[in-house]
Amino acid sequence: MALYRAGRGSDRLPARRFLETFTVASPGASALDIRYLDIISSRDTSIHRLDPRAKLLTTLAYIVAVASFDKYTVTGLVPFVIYPVVLIALGDVPVAYLLRKAMLAAPFALFVGIFNPLFDREVLLHVGSVPISGGWASFLSIMLRFTLTVTSALLLVATTGFNGVCVALEKLGAPKAFVVQLLFLYRYLFVLGDEATRLTRARSLRTFDGRGMGIRVFGSLAGQLLLRTLDRARRIYLAMLCRGFDGEVRQAGSLRFSKGDLVYTVWWLGLFILLRVYDITHLAGSVVMGLAG
Amino acid sequence: MHMADALMSPAVGGTMWAATAGLTVYSARKLKQEIDDRKVPLMGVLGAFVFSAQMINFTIPATGSSGHLGGGMILAILLGPHAAFLAMASILTVQALFFADGGLLALGCNIFNLGFFPCFVAYPLIYKPIAGDRPTEGRILAGALASAVLGLQVGAFGVVLETFFSGLTALPFGTFVLLMQPIHLAIGIVEGVVTALVVILVWKARPEIVEMAGPSRAVAAGSWRGVLAGLLALAVITGGALSWFASAYPDGLEWAMFRTSGKEELEAPGGEVHSVLAQLQQWTAFLPDYGFKAEEVPTASKEGPKRDAAKHSPAERWPAVSAETSVAGVVGSGITLAVAGLIGFGLKGRWRSRR
Repeated sequence: MALYRAGRGSDRLPARRFLETFTVASPGASALDIRYLDIISSRDTSIHRLDPRAKLLTTLAYIVAVASFDKYTVTGLVPFVIYPVVLIALGDVPVAYLLRKAMLAAPFALFVGIFNPLFDREVLLHVGSVPISGGWASFLSIMLRFTLTVTSALLLVATTGFNGVCVALEKLGAPKAFVVQLLFLYRYLFVLGDEATRLTRARSLRTFDGRGMGIRVFGSLAGQLLLRTLDRARRIYLAMLCRGFDGEVRQAGSLRFSKGDLVYTVWWLGLFILLRVYDITHLAGSVVMGLAG
Repeated sequence: MHMADALMSPAVGGTMWAATAGLTVYSARKLKQEIDDRKVPLMGVLGAFVFSAQMINFTIPATGSSGHLGGGMILAILLGPHAAFLAMASILTVQALFFADGGLLALGCNIFNLGFFPCFVAYPLIYKPIAGDRPTEGRILAGALASAVLGLQVGAFGVVLETFFSGLTALPFGTFVLLMQPIHLAIGIVEGVVTALVVILVWKARPEIVEMAGPSRAVAAGSWRGVLAGLLALAVITGGALSWFASAYPDGLEWAMFRTSGKEELEAPGGEVHSVLAQLQQWTAFLPDYGFKAEEVPTASKEGPKRDAAKHSPAERWPAVSAETSVAGVVGSGITLAVAGLIGFGLKGRWRSRR
């Protein structure tokens, strides 16, 4: 569940922590990160203008296609970079930001994957004269899968926006109660995130030599935040009732799955099938080697 | 700990998606029956609360490392199992989309591991009986501790099983269990203490919230039957689907089509594409020097998934790769990446000039 992974040990100097609190390294930075993703998602490019359903379906198909490869596949996965590359280019998404965000999620795949070279030592293939074990091949495969699936999921939000994804989910049959509270969660994430940042900052300013960073103080901080949250939820609910809330969130404008959306979806699905069936990488490599030899 | 897409096979991911989708529909329906739409905004706001509470780190005694709240148990205690499950599902959805924690294919697994177990197993079976309808400080602490530990243990074991059945890791089952369970015992204890501290504080300040939120009718006989029936159905679906997917696994593509379209109609055009591609494949097979692997082409699974499975056993496929084809693979990867990059820059340039 690690959302904020920066270790904040008790050995830091108060002054340094003070500085950190007010620079990008503070816990609040990740909330700003969401905000930045949210800002990117409201750009107006040809990818952003597509129907959210087209993008959601394509992304899911892409991830399933990538995951469906055999555990030792490395080269077969390489051509799949074309999907994130095209989306980054057409959707005008900053690459460095995307990769930094993707790396934050790496630890678990890395943790499990790194055992493969230890347990699977049988030599699987030779590149030139260098023997490569099955473990390293499958580790490479896992890291490649990780990069591809994570960037494609981030790109979905970066080009569709959270509301768009929610609308697509609802149109594709997700329960209304689920979608409605998903929208609520997203809206209040920013407000409560700010509040948590203020609490953390206040605690940091009063903390010396790691005292007060413990579990007890956290308990009362989180409890206070929860009490405020509950009051806020009640006020919100009453305000919504006054405005005629009946359990449904209405979206302005209607979705239209146009011919362009259909072409987009069919084109990608077709390409995924082609890349899944044919190892383009090997073909390209063999042709070039053939010409060179 | 979140499952990651990179460690998943589509079969396991799809099965868990189906199970989670079923649970979501069930929970949403239950919530509707309670006619308590007051809970919907509350759920959303509490979901946001769990996020923001995760932003507040704390040091774990005697280790010097820092931890933060998971949140499943707090939600279950404050909202009751059904609403908490939906809230947890939406938290994990946001994490998958915005933090790339887990991933979209693994989302089903994560919701199941971190939502189902705390809300539908640990809460009604452990927390409720211990804390009871008239909680005391000690009871809340004991209940939260026990239920958080159990919930995380089962959840971690779920991660192990899902990873193991996906077959991408070379970790032996036993070793993986020995790695995961103790780590999550520690995490569970911390989570339990934090949950208890927060719930006790709220209970002291506003006792009605804790006592009202999880009314005993939530675990009345009727809803229990529902949960049991759901579990049974789930077991049957999981067992059946798993064995079917397992045999059809090498041909992930048909399955992908089925999964994304939700109906078999696409199968027919898919089959045509296949036969066209199969012809293309025959043509390329005339260029044997290119080291093109014939076994790579999945045949239509209708003819018999078992035969496919036999054909695709990795033991048979991989040793056949010669050194030249491997070098070709490395060269080809470079070329493919370069081409993809060029396409990217080309598209970007076009976009810029158009703007």
